[in-house]
Amino acid sequence: MPTVTSTAVTSIKALRRNPLRSALTTLGIIIGIASVIAMVQLGEGSSAAIKETIKNMGANTLIVFPGAASSGGVSFGGGSAVTLTPADAAAIIRDCPSVSAAAPIVNARMQIVHGSQNWVPQYLVGSTPAYFTVRDWKLKSGRFFNNDDVRNANEVCVLGQTDVNALFPSGHPLGKTILVQQVPLRVIGVLRRKGANMFGMDQDDIVVLPWTTLKYRISGSTLMNHNENAATSSTTTFSPAQLYPQQSQNLYPAVSSVQAADTPNPVTFPNVNNIQVSTPSSAALPQAMAEINALLRQRHHLLPGQPNDFNIRGLAEISRALGKTSALMTDLLTGVALISLVVGGVGIMNIMLVSVTERTREIGLRMALGAKPADIMGQFIIEAIVLCLFGGALGILCGQLLSIVVQSMFHWPVQVSVPAVVGSFLVSAFVGVTFGYYPAWKASRLDPIEALRYE
Amino acid sequence: MADVIEVRDIIKTYQLGGSPVQVLKGVSLTIAAGEMVALMGASGSGKTTLMNILGCLDRPTSGCYKLDGREISSMSVTQRAQVRNEKIGFVFQNFNLLPRTTALENVLLPLAYANGAPSGAKLRKRGVEMLEKVGLGDRLDHHPSQLSGGQQQRVAIARALINNPRLLLADEPTGNLDSRTSEDVLRMFQELNHEQHLTILLVTHASEVAQHASRVIRIRDGLIESGASTSAPAAPPTVSAGGS
Repeated sequence: MPTVTSTAVTSIKALRRNPLRSALTTLGIIIGIASVIAMVQLGEGSSAAIKETIKNMGANTLIVFPGAASSGGVSFGGGSAVTLTPADAAAIIRDCPSVSAAAPIVNARMQIVHGSQNWVPQYLVGSTPAYFTVRDWKLKSGRFFNNDDVRNANEVCVLGQTDVNALFPSGHPLGKTILVQQVPLRVIGVLRRKGANMFGMDQDDIVVLPWTTLKYRISGSTLMNHNENAATSSTTTFSPAQLYPQQSQNLYPAVSSVQAADTPNPVTFPNVNNIQVSTPSSAALPQAMAEINALLRQRHHLLPGQPNDFNIRGLAEISRALGKTSALMTDLLTGVALISLVVGGVGIMNIMLVSVTERTREIGLRMALGAKPADIMGQFIIEAIVLCLFGGALGILCGQLLSIVVQSMFHWPVQVSVPAVVGSFLVSAFVGVTFGYYPAWKASRLDPIEALRYE
Repeated sequence: MADVIEVRDIIKTYQLGGSPVQVLKGVSLTIAAGEMVALMGASGSGKTTLMNILGCLDRPTSGCYKLDGREISSMSVTQRAQVRNEKIGFVFQNFNLLPRTTALENVLLPLAYANGAPSGAKLRKRGVEMLEKVGLGDRLDHHPSQLSGGQQQRVAIARALINNPRLLLADEPTGNLDSRTSEDVLRMFQELNHEQHLTILLVTHASEVAQHASRVIRIRDGLIESGASTSAPAAPPTVSAGGS
């Protein structure tokens, strides 16, 4: 009884007797596997790019808003309560394992001035360095402000590209000083361009500064009046004490003994407009939401049954839609890949059938010399598998080359996919067995007498 | 001496266009071990059909066929393949060597399907020995296209002998060879018969070829005309059977 190895040796010898035909036969599989590999890798690359875009858009971020304040049955709407504090943001990043960054946000809309140029940025954001992590924002030049800048309420800011263009037509904003409400801010960094967000707002029209600076040096002690417009702010006069405050700010003013006795929670707690939170991936969003919910309920001393005094919102709908798009794309690629492999397999079957007809006499001779039908069948199936595996190996090579070419020519993102390579090998073996079976069966059923006489 | 081939009342019927055609109409013959027998007959006599049955390539419709003491007529396809591999060496008119394959590999082909065949260097040694025996020790790595007709047939003979068969079945072995080479090949058969007592069945229609055999079996219209066994006196090849 011939072993599998000896049959394989016989098959390889038979294939080597006609190298051109063998090569042409494998071409179908080579092209099929190569296109699969290239497409899967391009697909994974673009899928990664889509994920990156989603991240950029903020799909893996949550925003915690304060709840609605109401007085005598009159609600002031969402965000009107003054319940969120920078300490909440610090607690979220400390106590919620699913959260990768949390930044307290203080908003304002004020005029900025440099020399003869002035501008009212869309976003004047007071925050912590975590803001840049949450928004996944990179620097174009300069540096971000750091935690020391926040602690000392340093008069520094980071500008978006739009504001640089508005205030510094000649460029070079680094180290220059801009004025906000007469408060000078040194420009220490310029953000990379991000473009419009999905609602069409220019995200680059932004000034980011330490929240302490915005809250205590610029907006004054309360943030309830942060919607001042440029007209009023430019006419307001400030006392020298406000313009040039002490170097060290007392962030949390001491409560008097009477106050402390009256109110267990200090009412002068510094509040923030919202807290932006990011998670490592959009999959962690529900978990992070639950953790933040539990933490804030505890921190805000809410009893069971009492409604939340805050709201957590995410871009869940968008992230779901984009996730679906990505999955659809993968399915589509898989479908195309399967079709090309089936085409390659039919090519193998076709050539194997031709080969069986062409080698009828060889088959007859082998049978006369003692080959059993099973031996003949094994030989032809192994020939088909060898062809497919050889084609698969070459196809993987060509696919990788194609990916590299595409990457260097079009700068499309490409990721090497190990499962695709392993899968391609298995699939080519499977194609070999499936499409080699019928020709091999046909060969094994030949009558040796007829086969020997075949011309 | 024991009989290598023992055939009794073999009938072979083919279905041709719906109507049965009897090609062999009850053939009986015996061939003893060490005999060199020629099977002669005109085309259409049933010679080829009988040869296919004797070579275990086909099965009789009815009757008994014992090869080396084993009943063949009831065997399955797989069993017959094994019998062909172990007991029979085939030599064909058109050599039937695998193209683009060396002489040595062609010779070793039957061992690929044999039980307990040697492997590696031992296998190669056996093939080299066989080729040396037929005088082609210096042509081991030649392809059939690089060999003359006579050399190709000698490769085929080496291939037939590699499994130490009980029966060498040669179907018109000289049909594609010129007279001088034919003589060489037939002399080689005689030597094998004399020196190794190999049982040889030559299937031919040429009386010059049949002359080299010790006995001639003649078949005509599906029946044995003469020479069915050693005990029966062989009819002289020149006398027509219908003459008496």
